[in-house]
Amino acid sequence: MRVTVRLFARLRDIAGASELSRDTTPGATIGEIWRDLAREFPELAGYERSISTAVNADYARMDRVVSEGDEVAFLPPVSGG
Amino acid sequence: MAIAVRLTRAAQPPRRYTGPVIPLFAIGPAPLEVDRIAAALAGAASADADGAVVTFLGLVRNHNMGRRVRYLEYEAYEPLALKAFERIAREVEERWPDARLALHHRLGRLDVGEASVAIVVRSPHRGNAYAACRYAIERVKQIVPVWKREFFDGGDVWIEGATANPDDERARAEAERVACA
Repeated sequence: MRVTVRLFARLRDIAGASELSRDTTPGATIGEIWRDLAREFPELAGYERSISTAVNADYARMDRVVSEGDEVAFLPPVSGG
Repeated sequence: MAIAVRLTRAAQPPRRYTGPVIPLFAIGPAPLEVDRIAAALAGAASADADGAVVTFLGLVRNHNMGRRVRYLEYEAYEPLALKAFERIAREVEERWPDARLALHHRLGRLDVGEASVAIVVRSPHRGNAYAACRYAIERVKQIVPVWKREFFDGGDVWIEGATANPDDERARAEAERVACA
């Protein structure tokens, strides 16, 4: 099962990409996708407690189960305005 | 300090909205046109009942935390940002039912003095218009997925503020407290 991962601001800089394609097992949660990413890019790990997450451009919690083709976004603390 | 990764940007200047009416909620590289945003809001039904318009413009400041700021670069998760604007408008309507608002945020490189965010609120009375406008900018800073990267004399840094959680009732209550202080 494939999902698209979107990364923003400093998270994107750390991973070196704004968009990644990732294989996951059916039933995987956003949190599991995040932990795999953090293993791949250890600098991300420090954001575990401060990120927000979204699926298909709606805020979602870390325990949300993702589906084939979903766009999963990881958002560092925001600074608009 | 973060190392700058330059993004490729379109060479043409940012496009303005064409046509007689611009949207009430928008995010993108176009310069903010507060008069047209206000006109779009005035075009709605019941405008004759309004006795107050409050406008807020957020500007790029030349200093931040002791640093001399040269310019800012803004980026967003645009579809979610637009939904967050609409959510803020619904929250305003719940709390101040006679107030209506428009909200635009600009993206890309913004120099000192340029406007990054514009909020316009109309209401029959000024008290609600001021409060709703203040509430809206506080909520923008809490829950809208926009990020600014500050380029200052000597380096650059991503600014990271609030962890965005629209369901955090304490954050919402704090925005309301500030708005009504």
